[in-house]
Amino acid sequence: MPVLTPLEIEALRLSLWVSVWAVAASLPLGIACAWILARLRFPGKSLLDGAIHLPLVLPPVVVGYALLVLFGRQGAIGRTLFALTGFSFAFNWKGAALASAVVSFPLMVRAIRLSLESVDRGVEAAAATLGAGPVRVFFTVTLPLAMPGVLAGVILAFARSLSEFGATITFVSSIPGQTRTLPLALYALTQVPGGEAPAFRLCVISVAIAFATLVAADALARRIDRRMRG
Amino acid sequence: MLDIRLTHRQGAFGLDVAFESGDAMVTALFGPSGSGKTSVINMVAGLVRPDRGRILIDGRVLFDSADGTDLAPARRRVGYVFQEGRLFPHYSVRGNLTYGMRLTPPAERFVRFDEVVDVLGIGPLLERRPASLSGGEKQRVAIGRALLASPRLLLMDEPLAALDGPRKAELLPFIALLPRRFGVPILYVSHAIGEVLRLADRLVLMDAGRSVASGPVEEVMAGPAFAALSGESAVANVVATRVAGHDRADGVTRLAFAGGEIRVPLIEAPEGAALRVRIDAGDVMLSLARPVGLSVRNILPARVRELRPDGGMVDVILDVGSSGPAATVCPLHARISVQACRDLDPAVGRDLFALIKSAAISRADIALHEPAGRIS
Repeated sequence: MPVLTPLEIEALRLSLWVSVWAVAASLPLGIACAWILARLRFPGKSLLDGAIHLPLVLPPVVVGYALLVLFGRQGAIGRTLFALTGFSFAFNWKGAALASAVVSFPLMVRAIRLSLESVDRGVEAAAATLGAGPVRVFFTVTLPLAMPGVLAGVILAFARSLSEFGATITFVSSIPGQTRTLPLALYALTQVPGGEAPAFRLCVISVAIAFATLVAADALARRIDRRMRG
Repeated sequence: MLDIRLTHRQGAFGLDVAFESGDAMVTALFGPSGSGKTSVINMVAGLVRPDRGRILIDGRVLFDSADGTDLAPARRRVGYVFQEGRLFPHYSVRGNLTYGMRLTPPAERFVRFDEVVDVLGIGPLLERRPASLSGGEKQRVAIGRALLASPRLLLMDEPLAALDGPRKAELLPFIALLPRRFGVPILYVSHAIGEVLRLADRLVLMDAGRSVASGPVEEVMAGPAFAALSGESAVANVVATRVAGHDRADGVTRLAFAGGEIRVPLIEAPEGAALRVRIDAGDVMLSLARPVGLSVRNILPARVRELRPDGGMVDVILDVGSSGPAATVCPLHARISVQACRDLDPAVGRDLFALIKSAAISRADIALHEPAGRIS
């Protein structure tokens, strides 16, 4: 196994870091949105559904530009946020994580929503008759039973985050060590003479990570399944 | 005591139900499918909200549309055993059993874990997952789970319906001993007459969303509404008896009841055991004189109390029992044709004899049942 170059290690570490944060930070909101879409009926629900799914159908560049307008240094939200808390998404890894989170959000919500819809409401009712309030029913029955779907959503979102390119480069540019994730590093290499060989190595690394993710997800899914079947 | 009065409309289906359980430990809701039985217990559990009415358990208001009381299911302290078990697939049997128990404040727990596990015989299953249990095992765990939340009332929605015959017969005795053993009254939904005979003290008949009759099992089963609903050609007598003795050589068991003694095909039950016997009114014959040279074994002196013409048939309601100062009598229905009635002319007050063929009473018509009497 050839040793990775410092540049590759940096891009790889950044990619994993950004993707883990993107998924971890958006998961609670993703579960909440999935639950709302799966369980509640209210006017304007299709509007919310559409808004959540929008990043799936928009060109990533549009998403990136919208983020720049909203969360950039001079952006409507970004400026106030910085003034109030000193926190900024502009041109750092947090911005890259935000871009990844936004584009992968619909995939996550979709998978979790499907599994929430398949949870047996009768089992939830049984828990209620045993003295469990709605919140306890959710955390002890609904969520554990929806776990396979939550896991699928997390994997999908993680994979989508790893491959995120357009929104990231538009929103936070391609800064080595800050926002230059694997796909961005790969793109940068293809833009310079003599970059074919290192670009190819990054391709191999990307494939390896994607594959490892899928294998790990499968193993985890099997474990959950075994637990349910006893 | 259960006091229920509900009206509800859902699409084309209307529900209009009113009944009380009195001092009965087991009240059965009996009726054809689609008659609204499950809707009623879902409302008692708080899973469905009725349009109007009230639900009281021992004077405690769970629901009252008049003042807006509507306790959440979690606060009702009503256990529910569902037809399909509905165990938590992601918990072990132990986890299922303790789920409700741990949510019950220690001061309000009166059902002990070890006792439930022991009575239901589920000790060897504790570490298993529900998916690996048989249907009967699942239902026993579901019963244990509901009991361990120390409920004030246990709802059971056809808990045997999903089981095959032998499994049903296996689980029935467990259910029968719950009310006395744990002091929890039961509201039991069923459309199996055998289960009602075995378990219920009180019977509520449901038809097309309405409670058409309610009262002690013996009374309701002998009423015309029950005959119509159960699809029986005639009303059925349900007689509370005790085993007086066995004539093993003859293959006969003697059962004592308020009206005397009847002989039925041999039953394996200890002397003194309380048995309920169901006798179709059509299987009761009448004779003006004590018959001789007849194969019928059960010949009971009786007096005509009432005549009820019903189409081409007549229901003759008799008081059966020996005469004398300390005589006890028991009502017994006989169903005879109009023609036979004309020939016999059984006027009210007339003394005659009721004849019951032993062979007409099959094993399925006899059920163990200790008479009602609430433990407080």
